[in-house]
Amino acid sequence: MNSKLLFLLLFSPLAAGAQSVKIGELNSYKVFPAFLEPYKKGMELAVEEVNRAGGVKLQLVTRDDGGTPGDAVRVAEELIARERVNVLMGTFASNVGLAVANLAQQRRILFVASEPLTDKIVWENGNRYTFRLRPSTYMQTAMLVPEAAKLKKQRWAIVYPNYEYGQSATASFKKLLSQAQPGVEFVAEQSAPLNKIDAGAVVQALAEAKPDAIFSSLFAADLQKFVREGNTRGLFKNVVVFNLLAGEPEYLDPLKDETPEGWWVTGYPWSAIDTPEHKAFLEAYRKRWKDYPRQGSVVGYAAIHTVANAVRKAKAVDTEKLVGALKGLEMRTPFGPVTWRAIDHQSTMGAFVGQLAKKDGRGAMVNWRYADGANYQPADQEILKLRKE
Amino acid sequence: MSGSALLLQFLNGLAGASSLFLIAAGLSLIFGVSRIVNFAHGSLFMLGMYVCVWLAPKVGYWASVPLAAMLVALCGALIEVGLLRRIYKAPELLQLLATFALVLVIKDFALWAWGPEDLLGPRAPGLTGAVPIAGRQFPQYDLFLIAIGPAFFVLLHLLLTRTRFGILVRAATEDREMASALGVNQRGLFTAVFALGAALAGIGGALAIPREPANLEIDLAVVSDAFVVVVVGGMGSIPGAFLAALLIAEIKAFCIGLGYSELTLVAEFIVMAVVLIARPWGLLGRPIAELRGRDQADFRLAATKPMLAMLAVLALVPIVTSGYALVLLTDVLVFVIFAVSLHLLLGPAGMVSFGHAAYFGLGAYGAGLLVLRYEAPMELALLAAPLLALTGAAVFGWLCVRLSGIYLAMLTLALAQIVWSVVFQWDSVTGGSNGLVGIWPAEWLASRPAYYFLALVVCALSVGALWRIVGSPFGQALRACRDSPLRSEAIGINVRAQQWAAFAIAGTFAGVAGSLYAFSKGSISPETLSVPRSVDALVMVLLGGVQTLVGPVLGAALFTWLEDSVSREVAYWRAGIGAVILLLVLALPYGIGGLLRKWSSR
Repeated sequence: MNSKLLFLLLFSPLAAGAQSVKIGELNSYKVFPAFLEPYKKGMELAVEEVNRAGGVKLQLVTRDDGGTPGDAVRVAEELIARERVNVLMGTFASNVGLAVANLAQQRRILFVASEPLTDKIVWENGNRYTFRLRPSTYMQTAMLVPEAAKLKKQRWAIVYPNYEYGQSATASFKKLLSQAQPGVEFVAEQSAPLNKIDAGAVVQALAEAKPDAIFSSLFAADLQKFVREGNTRGLFKNVVVFNLLAGEPEYLDPLKDETPEGWWVTGYPWSAIDTPEHKAFLEAYRKRWKDYPRQGSVVGYAAIHTVANAVRKAKAVDTEKLVGALKGLEMRTPFGPVTWRAIDHQSTMGAFVGQLAKKDGRGAMVNWRYADGANYQPADQEILKLRKE
Repeated sequence: MSGSALLLQFLNGLAGASSLFLIAAGLSLIFGVSRIVNFAHGSLFMLGMYVCVWLAPKVGYWASVPLAAMLVALCGALIEVGLLRRIYKAPELLQLLATFALVLVIKDFALWAWGPEDLLGPRAPGLTGAVPIAGRQFPQYDLFLIAIGPAFFVLLHLLLTRTRFGILVRAATEDREMASALGVNQRGLFTAVFALGAALAGIGGALAIPREPANLEIDLAVVSDAFVVVVVGGMGSIPGAFLAALLIAEIKAFCIGLGYSELTLVAEFIVMAVVLIARPWGLLGRPIAELRGRDQADFRLAATKPMLAMLAVLALVPIVTSGYALVLLTDVLVFVIFAVSLHLLLGPAGMVSFGHAAYFGLGAYGAGLLVLRYEAPMELALLAAPLLALTGAAVFGWLCVRLSGIYLAMLTLALAQIVWSVVFQWDSVTGGSNGLVGIWPAEWLASRPAYYFLALVVCALSVGALWRIVGSPFGQALRACRDSPLRSEAIGINVRAQQWAAFAIAGTFAGVAGSLYAFSKGSISPETLSVPRSVDALVMVLLGGVQTLVGPVLGAALFTWLEDSVSREVAYWRAGIGAVILLLVLALPYGIGGLLRKWSSR
């Protein structure tokens, strides 16, 4: 054996008794590239950090899941059977996330659902092996409700993309706002096919209802079309708009100088957060990628660190021990400390709630606060009723 | 709705109609002359958008519109000369496969060239504001669009009726062989028409920029809209396309205005289904002249022994491995059933279906619903689920066999989309967009080898049955109906009844595949009955070759394997798959099955 190799074997962290863990990550990289390219960069940064720190040796295998549940299940099977990964991670769309979560239960392997927003993945369809990182649709909606209720607007109109995310955002918003502000009226509801909103007609129909305020869960191309038509047709004059996700750089940046000022949104004001943990992340990310982080970057970064932390706590990589370690795991993220709730396997990672503004021809968030995910949860009994474990 | 609201929604509809017409006119022209079902039309539109956003900061928005049109026209001409011209003589539908591959390549090209983020382009200078109409603000640009649609209609109409080029185009649309016999230079004409169609798509894309961002999802959305408009209007009819665009855009605007916004998910497909059932050639279309000189297919099963040997080899696989190979092979077996069932319609029956996934999905949902909602045993669900597909196929088939050619294909698509939208929105029963979760096989079939054996047995039985059917007197009669409906009627064959039966059989077996698929995945969502799933099946059959029996089997295996391995190894895997398909199309116009036949007949 040549001496160089011997040296490597002796002094690599692996040889020093580090826990080696293989993560199988699958995501719809070609269907949602705007979100997932920064996400991948966040993951890679975190893997490098963990491996440099020693103690845990991460190996990351990423796969494109094709964006459909059927393909994703096949890809996950490949990661389990051929790559023999210790942990599954990833997925974007809710239907894909739910399918992989169900497979994880069937094959008894840990699945860290980094991105899907659906409430069901931790409630109705929650299972022992599935943990979800991002704040859910319910949580993000609940974060906007206090501001909405404070304004005491009477007539609300709603517009949402026609699939589960938009439907459950709408249902949660109506329920929570009615509780916070009894007697509130919902005067119009428009559901638009995802990516195919007929913005002119929708804006017109909303204007006809003469609302005082609008709640929207549109994002990406639909949001841009809605903003442009609404600006031109004067829909937003004297109307307050609340829009889930619109403050995330992925969706905010394309709006540039058309950013609608004063909208209440959830998002990620990356340039303005000056906590030490975020500053450290920002600096490392910029140094590594020569680019600023997006929401996806933080999710990918935190997901990798979640697995590393779970392995450290479990001091093992077998599934049952990892599941045990993740329940109640406390860790630091660029957004601040996060706990993995034992009751429903949801992390308490939060989001930033604030208003949109224009700065030098670009969109930005102002008047923001960090909404800690721990504070926007339904009562435990409600969750236990939903989870069939 | 108040009077002013009505007026405003009517104007919104007019603006929408103009956009739709611009997209559809080019597709209609191309189909009329070359009979190419150009899947890549939406991709050309998307290219127009990206080129416009890219050039606008350099030369200004208005100058970028004609430039985008010219660049896209050039791109269209290159596609025609470099690719399509080489395969006009190939079996029908191969062009469809080629243009499908182009969709994949162009999408990844745009991602590579312009990046993943949506690009919100400039507003149109001079038309950024709004004008007060009936007390509301109406965008100036929408008024411009309302004018530009009819203007293009008149220009195209003049071009087609008053110029020599137009006369040639009309002659070729009417009867392309006759036009060729009279000395019309077909090559030049086809290239020019394709370039013109592409230019229209490019203009459509560039003119959409002030209203929506350039994004990578737009291609498929646009091409489906364009097909619907063209078919509702009547293929090849420009006035028909105009009328259809108007009808569909107004219906959508009023769905939104009157508070039925959920309907916009399928409004155009409902319109298409209704129009086609009432008028089999669209609003202003005429029966399409049949192309003569169809290839003779060979559906004899020459190679029984190799197939049995193959089956034996497959049965031995679990001895070697119990790993991922079995998962992948199970997928292959499922899609073999699906592709062979579609082949019965496509090959012997000569009926193109763009909506075969409907039956696959009905089978899958049948299985899921029986297990989850009615707590039926898995074995029973597996057997009973295809009955739901049979029911669907029987109803849809009854409606579809009244039509022929591309109209039949589009009616299958419309009906499949209607089923899709019902499944997508019927949350309490089908689980909506998330679908049904937790459909696993019974304990004794749950292991990978066990389920693989089940799939192998079901696949062998299904394919065997379908091949028997093709070779039976029923299959022969089906081919007679395809090749000469008139003579078939004359010798006492009930053409429609035969075709209807073919639909029911093909749908049932697609349902078998769907049911098997559901239990192998554990979860299903509306994607199992979506258009891309139907297109996958078409691609498998065409890749393998329509003219042979084993073609679809090989095509399904190759396509599934390609998707799996290319998506793992190549970052731009869509373009990778597209490139492989293009190579195969050019090298093997009769599919892999055709190649094998050539070898064996030597």
